[in-house]
Amino acid sequence: MTAGPALDTASGTVDRQAVWSALGTVLDPELDEPITDLDFVETCTVSPDPDDTANGSFVRVGLRLPTFFCAPNFSFLMVADAYDAVTAIPGVSRAQVTLADHHASAEINGGVAAHAGFVKSFEGSINGSAAAELDELRHTFLSKAALAGQDRVARPLVDAGQGPEELAALTLGELAGTEADTDELTRMRTRREAIGLPAGDDAPLLVHSDGSPVTVEQVPLHLRRARLQRVGIETNGEYCKSLLQIRYAENAPAAAGH
Amino acid sequence: MYEKDGEKYFIVDSHSHFWDASRENWVEGREQYAKGWIDCFYGYHQLGPPETHWDWEKYLKVSVDDFERDMFVEGHVDYAIFQSTYLKEWYKNGFNTTEQNAELIQRFGDRIIVNGRFDPREGDAGIKQLEADHAKFGFKGVKLYTAEWNGDSRGYKLTDPEAYRFLQAAQDMGIKNVHIHKGPTIWPLDKDAFDVADVDHAATDFQGMNFIVEHVGLPRIEDFCFMAVQEPNVYAGLSVAVGGLMHARPKFFAKVMGELLFWVGEDKMTFGSDYNIWTPKWQVEGLVDWQMPDDDQFADYPRLTTASKKKILGLNAAKLYDIPVPDECKLQDAPGEQLVAGQ
Repeated sequence: MTAGPALDTASGTVDRQAVWSALGTVLDPELDEPITDLDFVETCTVSPDPDDTANGSFVRVGLRLPTFFCAPNFSFLMVADAYDAVTAIPGVSRAQVTLADHHASAEINGGVAAHAGFVKSFEGSINGSAAAELDELRHTFLSKAALAGQDRVARPLVDAGQGPEELAALTLGELAGTEADTDELTRMRTRREAIGLPAGDDAPLLVHSDGSPVTVEQVPLHLRRARLQRVGIETNGEYCKSLLQIRYAENAPAAAGH
Repeated sequence: MYEKDGEKYFIVDSHSHFWDASRENWVEGREQYAKGWIDCFYGYHQLGPPETHWDWEKYLKVSVDDFERDMFVEGHVDYAIFQSTYLKEWYKNGFNTTEQNAELIQRFGDRIIVNGRFDPREGDAGIKQLEADHAKFGFKGVKLYTAEWNGDSRGYKLTDPEAYRFLQAAQDMGIKNVHIHKGPTIWPLDKDAFDVADVDHAATDFQGMNFIVEHVGLPRIEDFCFMAVQEPNVYAGLSVAVGGLMHARPKFFAKVMGELLFWVGEDKMTFGSDYNIWTPKWQVEGLVDWQMPDDDQFADYPRLTTASKKKILGLNAAKLYDIPVPDECKLQDAPGEQLVAGQ
């Protein structure tokens, strides 16, 4: 990130591109993809904040999701994360992030604006109260993403002929500068780091969910599991993308307001 | 029955509905939920081939004549198993109740198998109701919606003591098939509502029952597969997997089928059209024509033979529901021979 505010020179407000990049760090926790790539960001406007004496900017972000009943816990996480990402941009004095066309829009939008947690946001709501905060949920899905990431990184190596013995011995540091040193490697390391799994140069490429290394004998089944995990997440992503496209097509019922 | 290239396929649609989402049935003050629900389904509907799309108004409620044409005349279906989904919080007379489904029995006789439902949160009254319904309809199966709203509750788990009481009661009545919706993440507020771990425990503790996980646990297919591989009485209900992916995302359909064939196996996969989300015709015909792609990335997935397609499209479900299969549709080979041949 840049040290000072990234300003749009024409209007003196924070550059819209800086806002877009910040939103690009927000993931759909279940799909492990940025909300900007998923087309969940419907609107994003930057204007001068009249209430701020230091000439700060007011950023308004409108989010949308594939269905009216998308799980409120994931939805809440995305709205809250987007709010945090935008307010962290230097020069932003006020942010408003809202979710549209969702069965729990009111609770989520109100809760995020009031900096209430997930549980508090749903207190007394028709949509019921939440049993727990979402940290554990986030952890579960990062752990799934870390497993799927091992398939994304290891699959090309398997295809290139590396066997269980080589794969079990490989460390992340050894992959640096090789053909396997891709965005997927970075992505997997970031996910592992976030949940405290070994992610340093000396960490094995293949690890179990508790961080222990995968032994030579365990490699084939571990890779099967990693691939299944990836198929699960990516298939889910395909559903969501198709449904979003259909929902916001021009003459869809949601858009037409039946 | 569907015939293609001299092969006869006995078709059991093991997951279908006959719903009423018409405006008249929306609960006052809850219209947005009733509409939101059917809108979600309508989104899924449009993942099918364009020529099979209906307009939204028709989608709200189809007639018995529509049903007959779509299932039995054009859809190749021999037997249809109906799953009930009440949702009375939003739909006055229920979305898709046992009574609604049972009306079809009067017209189509034993080609319609109506499954019951229970909700452990209804306590003793719920057990009594299940007994009464069972006495009337003679259930062979029930459909459970563990994420369904009920008063203040936003879902339950099969492992709840009350749920065990109901499962025990159902097993004692001779109900042997339990279909559980573990599908796309719609509205469960708590993380547990889409978790499949509860099925794992229940399947171990109720060996006299079969647990058919509908929508193969999507979007938690990995959790489902890891669990199903260890439980002999857990089945993969393919509804939504075929309808939502085969046309719209063929590559992902191939991967999902490949994973299911590897982890769960062709003897434990059952076809369901999920009518009236989609019609069965294109799904049955498409599945019979379907082959695993030749591409390298699919190379180590098991292949589907004609025999495996026959099992998935009807023979597996016929076994679970004791449905008589005409000789011409039975497998000629001894059981297990296909598996060896496929290795």
